[in-house]
Amino acid sequence: MNKQISSILYTKASCVIRRLSTSSSRCRSQPQPRAESAPQQLVGVVGLEIHAQINSNTKLFSGSSVRFTAPPNSLVSFFDASLPGTLPVLNKRCVDAAVMTGLALSCTINRMSLFDRKHYFYADLPAGYQITQQRRPIAVDGTLTYCFLGGKKRSQVIRKTVNIKQIQLEQDSGKSLHDDLRSQTLIDLNRAGVGLMELVMEPDMSCGEEAAAAVRELQLILQALGTCQGNMSEGQLRVDANVSVHKPGEPLGIRAEVKNINSVRYLARAIDYEIQRQIDILQRGGTVQNETRAYDSKSGFMPEPNLPPLIVYEDNASLPTGIDACQAVVVETIRKVLPELPSVKRDRLVQTYGILPEHSFTLVNEDGLVDYFEAVLKVTKMGPRKVIGWVIKELLGHLKQQDMSVSQSPISPSALAELLELQETGHISSSVAGQVFQEMWKSSGKTALQIVQELDLGLVSDTAQLHSICQKVVDSNPDEVNAIRNGNKKVLNKLMGLVQKETKGRADPVLVRAILQEKTLLKSDC
Amino acid sequence: MPYFPKFMVISNPRPLPLTSHLFLTGVISRAQPLRQSAHGFLNRCPITDSAVRRGSPKQTWQRAGAAHRAKVAVNLKGCHISTVDMLSLTIREVSSALREGRISPTELCRKCLNRIKKTQHLNAYITVTEELALKQAQEAETRLLQGAPRGPLDGIPFAVKDNFCTENIKTTCASRMLKDYTPPYNATVVQKLLDQGAVLMGKTNMDEFAMGSGSIDGAFGPVRNPWSYAAPYREQTEAAPDSDWVVTGGSSGGSAAAVASLTSYLALGSDTGGSTRNPGALCGVVALKPTYGLLSRHGLIPLVNSMDVPGIMTRSVGDAATVLGILQGLDVRDSTTVPAPSSPTELPEDFDVKNICVGIPKEYHAPGLSEETVVQWSRVADMFERAGARVEQVSLPHTQHSIVCYHVLCHAEVASNMARFDGLEYGHRSAVDSSTAAMYASTRHEGFNDVVRGRILSGNYFLLKQNYEHYVEKAQKVRRLIADDFKRVFSSGVDVLLTPTTLTDAARYSDFTQEDNRTRSAQEDIFTQPVNMAGLPAVSVPTALSRQGLPIGLQLIGPALQDKKLLSVAQWMEQRVGFPSINDYGDSSESRNNNGMTKREQTSAV
Repeated sequence: MNKQISSILYTKASCVIRRLSTSSSRCRSQPQPRAESAPQQLVGVVGLEIHAQINSNTKLFSGSSVRFTAPPNSLVSFFDASLPGTLPVLNKRCVDAAVMTGLALSCTINRMSLFDRKHYFYADLPAGYQITQQRRPIAVDGTLTYCFLGGKKRSQVIRKTVNIKQIQLEQDSGKSLHDDLRSQTLIDLNRAGVGLMELVMEPDMSCGEEAAAAVRELQLILQALGTCQGNMSEGQLRVDANVSVHKPGEPLGIRAEVKNINSVRYLARAIDYEIQRQIDILQRGGTVQNETRAYDSKSGFMPEPNLPPLIVYEDNASLPTGIDACQAVVVETIRKVLPELPSVKRDRLVQTYGILPEHSFTLVNEDGLVDYFEAVLKVTKMGPRKVIGWVIKELLGHLKQQDMSVSQSPISPSALAELLELQETGHISSSVAGQVFQEMWKSSGKTALQIVQELDLGLVSDTAQLHSICQKVVDSNPDEVNAIRNGNKKVLNKLMGLVQKETKGRADPVLVRAILQEKTLLKSDC
Repeated sequence: MPYFPKFMVISNPRPLPLTSHLFLTGVISRAQPLRQSAHGFLNRCPITDSAVRRGSPKQTWQRAGAAHRAKVAVNLKGCHISTVDMLSLTIREVSSALREGRISPTELCRKCLNRIKKTQHLNAYITVTEELALKQAQEAETRLLQGAPRGPLDGIPFAVKDNFCTENIKTTCASRMLKDYTPPYNATVVQKLLDQGAVLMGKTNMDEFAMGSGSIDGAFGPVRNPWSYAAPYREQTEAAPDSDWVVTGGSSGGSAAAVASLTSYLALGSDTGGSTRNPGALCGVVALKPTYGLLSRHGLIPLVNSMDVPGIMTRSVGDAATVLGILQGLDVRDSTTVPAPSSPTELPEDFDVKNICVGIPKEYHAPGLSEETVVQWSRVADMFERAGARVEQVSLPHTQHSIVCYHVLCHAEVASNMARFDGLEYGHRSAVDSSTAAMYASTRHEGFNDVVRGRILSGNYFLLKQNYEHYVEKAQKVRRLIADDFKRVFSSGVDVLLTPTTLTDAARYSDFTQEDNRTRSAQEDIFTQPVNMAGLPAVSVPTALSRQGLPIGLQLIGPALQDKKLLSVAQWMEQRVGFPSINDYGDSSESRNNNGMTKREQTSAV
């Protein structure tokens, strides 16, 4: 009996090895069905649970302030410390934020939602339970459309959609700090009771890159809404991923959790690592262990008896008499103030400025870059398609190199606009413009014009001066001149390069070309 | 590095109990929130706007007043009222005595404090706040002398069950877990009484965490029923009161004993399954359980959140109405509170019962109901009928399931509510420190008595994923049926229901302890508990003395938010049943002292 089983397992495992020998953690968006007999590959399946700290002055059920940098236990109300006899009082701001987020993600807003207690003993959970929304969350059934750059050159915008199962309001826990040296645990309750939106994304993603792109898009949406600051390193956005592997068409495999990841980049890596780990296990004939939180398995839920059902109204007309509109959460009112979402912004940028979709993607993905781009456009005559090159290649390139944010750029939009204006009006060549940009980056504060003047980088447009330089070049390069005269026009470029070398790139190329053509007396032109 | 000490340290080595340090240093109190301007509605979760919150206004009652004692003593010279007579008055009566200068608040306060000392054997109080009481009385005196009392309660001594939080005053829940716990805030109902100038005498004894119906299962020992020492009982029973004293009922037995033994004019209890009405009936005081949500639970350490209500114990129905008027209404700190009905709570002096319908639920003829109680029940029903009221038998078919459902719901919520007592932020912490889990376990083992631990254990069993549906959800459904029974009866034209409050009069302690806490609760709460399931108002009115010389109470139950009408009927009844005052039988406490039987008992009292 045992023998039989192990032999079956062995056969299975050996199949897996064969089929998976070429697999990598790289994202395959859609496993292509090949020839009928071709074995199917295992693919990753990724679902996400995202905890977004609500951007609110005060906590979800108490009036204490929310601040990341406060001294330990300085933002703790009686309720937050679970003093006996204290009761939760719901913060309207948190409900507004959840409804707004729900609307932005095309969710159905539940007109009535309920609060529950989820029980588990943990030192940083003072009440012994977390107030959450298990039975009936505030928002359900939404979608998130996200994009990432794919294709061979990674310039193709690939658009995908992930389903949002629900958004629930819940309390954050405190923080435990383990001091192993003195074998003690230190508890900071500043975070205890801060409002969270838990967003549950269905397992519609297949790799780290997709998950990372979805999280990045969500981050942008939350930031645009102002419902969450979205700073992952400060824990304002925390992502847990449920990862499993299976063959398409077959039931999902046993899942494992990847938890507590504090950057989008590591998220992609961690998920891909986990997918590969699971594939490797299966290749070796092993089984994936189900790793779930200990308190999930048995702990009970019960309705939170101190909070009546949360009622959200469709519009002011549906408010029952006697209810103050300021005290009620009205969906229509929130819908009216929804800001421009990132996807809309991208479409608008493509349509308004004629830039490439991938450029709009880059612009929107980078905090503050759209504003920067539009600020430059406002004060320069240079066309948007040329400006986008400067913003993405030069500015963003430099920022990335030094790991800086747009707001930290040493070159302001108006300073860049001034530089581009010099180029656009023919005062400097494009190569000089690049040189000036470098100078500006190094010595911020100096204007483009100052640098051009100081380094004498202005275009040489004096015809007499250019004539004499060109003559010198023609005289000292008889072979090239002959070649040109024999019809090899390309050699003219070499002469032009020599002129530019002589002028340190400042010669007006249009003028130089005309003068050189004249001096080499091209027969074909006659 | 001043960084670490600000954390709470939860496992050894720990040189200082830093968790309590956290609260003592006021780190938390600075962050104390006050939510303003929320409006609660029965069907919606009130919410607050963080933008409109302001800081907590500092209460004023603790401020020291000027000393006017000498002056008052002169003013009151020549007005002699016997101590016990004065102490046995109602709030209304003593309030006018105060206003008329027949007695001063400090004098009244001292009389009560003396009386507390004399009745120490009752073990009614866990903490007596003597100094604070005298200070408050002094302040009340100043106001009265200036002719500016705050209201009908200014200068009136009151007591509070030890499960209501009192700022800077120990609040123990009669548990080792909170033996040394001092809350940093006042429960809303306590604050409201203090704001009215009422004088806090102390915190009263109870069953641990209000889990019980005898006030015998607390860490500070059992409460004795004051009627154990009054002439009627002592004359009827031959046994020595030293061994044959009777229980107060519970769990608010200390509060009932305080009002009955004339040490306070008013006491707060809590009522989850009858914990105010049961001891009220057995100690012969008026005990009101208001409509759920009418009084704030903020600061009441919970037993079952969805059933708990602060209860009011007084010597007259009119007093209960006065106190209700002061305590009721929305509280932004308790989202389950409802606005008070707009009508004034002052009861009409000549309420006419001619047009009311009194329902007699047939299911309340329960096994174990004493013959004497049935007699009183009939007597009062006849009284209503003779006065022209319609008296009808009604049926509450699901009532019989109430106790069973209550146990499931109560234990489940207890398991949840008690989870916070882990020894970290406050309360008892075990010396065991091998791991956090071990510390939790021994803290809770040492801190809770068997009753609490038993309820937590069974509650967690009911809350298990695989059991929740079979126990908790079913119990919730039956709860709905029980509430619907009441609704149906009240919508059929019944104004109030008349029932017994308890099966019998108070049991001897030696008899009571023959059964365990759970069995006792099941028997004792049978008539009171369904009301909590439905959130209705109910009041126990002292009706007569039994053949043993012990009080029998009857209960009136009304529809939700009809508390005033309920009290009007209760007052009509009170005026006609002729229940005697304990004072009619002399100063029992003093006479008992003369018998020289108290020494051992007094020392056993905490």
